[in-house]
Amino acid sequence: MKVRIAALVFLALLALGCVLAGWIAPQGYAEQFRSEPDAACSRAHLLGTDDLGRDRFARVLYGTRVSLLLAPAAALLATALAGLIGGAAGFFGGALEGCVMAVTDLVLAMPWFFLLITVRALLPLNVSPALSVSITFALLGCLGWAGAARVVCANARGLCRSDLALLARAQGASGLRLLWRHILPNLRPALSAQFWISIPVFILTEANLGMLGLGVAEPLPSWGSLLRELESCSTGITQPAILAPLVLVILTVSSFQIAVRKEEKHA
Amino acid sequence: MSALRRLGQHGLRIAVVLLAGGLLSSMLVRTAPGFGVDEQDLDSRLTAESHRALHGAQATEGGFLRFYVEWCGRALHGDLGTSIALNEPVRQLLAERMPETAKTLGAGLGLAWMLGLGLALLSSVPAMRGVGWAAWFVASALLCVPAAVLAILFVLAAAPGRLAVGLIVFPKVFEFTRNLLGHSADLPHVLAARARGVGECRVLFRHVLPVTAAQILALAGVSVCMGLAACIPVEVLCDLPGIGQLAWKAALGRDLPLLVMLTMLVTLATLAANGAAEALAGNLRGGEAR
Repeated sequence: MKVRIAALVFLALLALGCVLAGWIAPQGYAEQFRSEPDAACSRAHLLGTDDLGRDRFARVLYGTRVSLLLAPAAALLATALAGLIGGAAGFFGGALEGCVMAVTDLVLAMPWFFLLITVRALLPLNVSPALSVSITFALLGCLGWAGAARVVCANARGLCRSDLALLARAQGASGLRLLWRHILPNLRPALSAQFWISIPVFILTEANLGMLGLGVAEPLPSWGSLLRELESCSTGITQPAILAPLVLVILTVSSFQIAVRKEEKHA
Repeated sequence: MSALRRLGQHGLRIAVVLLAGGLLSSMLVRTAPGFGVDEQDLDSRLTAESHRALHGAQATEGGFLRFYVEWCGRALHGDLGTSIALNEPVRQLLAERMPETAKTLGAGLGLAWMLGLGLALLSSVPAMRGVGWAAWFVASALLCVPAAVLAILFVLAAAPGRLAVGLIVFPKVFEFTRNLLGHSADLPHVLAARARGVGECRVLFRHVLPVTAAQILALAGVSVCMGLAACIPVEVLCDLPGIGQLAWKAALGRDLPLLVMLTMLVTLATLAANGAAEALAGNLRGGEAR
């Protein structure tokens, strides 16, 4: 319980840091200090500067904002799609359920990292950094619904056959009322679990995409693009500060995993 | 008969998924920005008539459905097209790179299963709880590290990159198997065996494992998909010339025909692995029922 509270406090502090990024690091993520490329940690630059002379602390803060705000947004999109598609399939059943499950099988059969880079490669080259970040996370949301839809569909089917649905029908509840008042509220724990489970998955996927150069476009930072600095350490890590984004990713993902352990039981 | 029927059903499912996937893929290729644009259009040495002839040849490709049917026909005859980015036949590229990925996948999955299943089995023995907790801690930590970072750590440590795939897949295998064994250990027949004083090893191998074997086999099928996804960052960052690296190059070069073919191929491999695992699991269940 104490570990869970510590994880939640860490996530809250991180979220607060993201919100106050403009105040904590007023120099911004793109400003270059051209006389100080690859500078070591100092009072002016808490985590030093990168090879283009940009303040690493500011970039980590803004990168955290991008990854930490958009991963939940992508998770929300995936959960909403899963709720809509899986919920409808489970509620209506029959041919619709068969069709939806076939599409779900199709999506699940395609290794989604391959699918993700394929769809990412389809996008025009001249998109702005802000649009690229939105597209990256929207793609994650749009491709990550299938597994959750299966769980939601099974739950919705179970609820439709349950005693509470039978009782509601016997009392004359219409299909819409049954869905709105009885099925949806009971699906909430499963949907909530899927939402929380998806966040660390999307954070890690964005980090992998970013490290391969297929994530958020420069100069906008994200954890993935910040981790690319590790690729330049072929002869060893000379500046420990470049490990800051990695430490942050590990702490954040582990905090999410600790925080959602209770939710996983509903999934 | 039932095994044949299952095999037929799975074959049909693979065919439907591939046909639908192919349809979606050809739609992607057809609607991608830059489709139908030829580099020769920029060649100022060509006359206006040559340009018109080029455009005429492109126009004869017809509508989307015709494009799909022709694409399927060519694929069935072994012509998988030509890579735009690498300017080589896709078939040749695949033949060159598939053995490398097979080696990476084999080594990675071997390591993942050896560690994952071995440690899960050890952690289910009450006397080995310490090992179980240590393995759980390592697996949880590995779950929080991006696959690409693990690959870089292998490069920095000058360790064989193939084994990075093993460390990426290991935590999932371990967590799932450990949970499965934990649930099975509480089943009534296992409790009864323990109450009769049956030894831990015998309980594990005679009473717990047979119950979970079908699900573990299903996970083996899924782990192929996980391993293939892990191959992309590992092959790119460890410079292993396999399918994953080819997919990355194709993505950077916006080589959609190659990417689509790779996605289809990996889907086929995933479905085949899942099918084989399901068939084996079905046989096991059938054997248990008999």
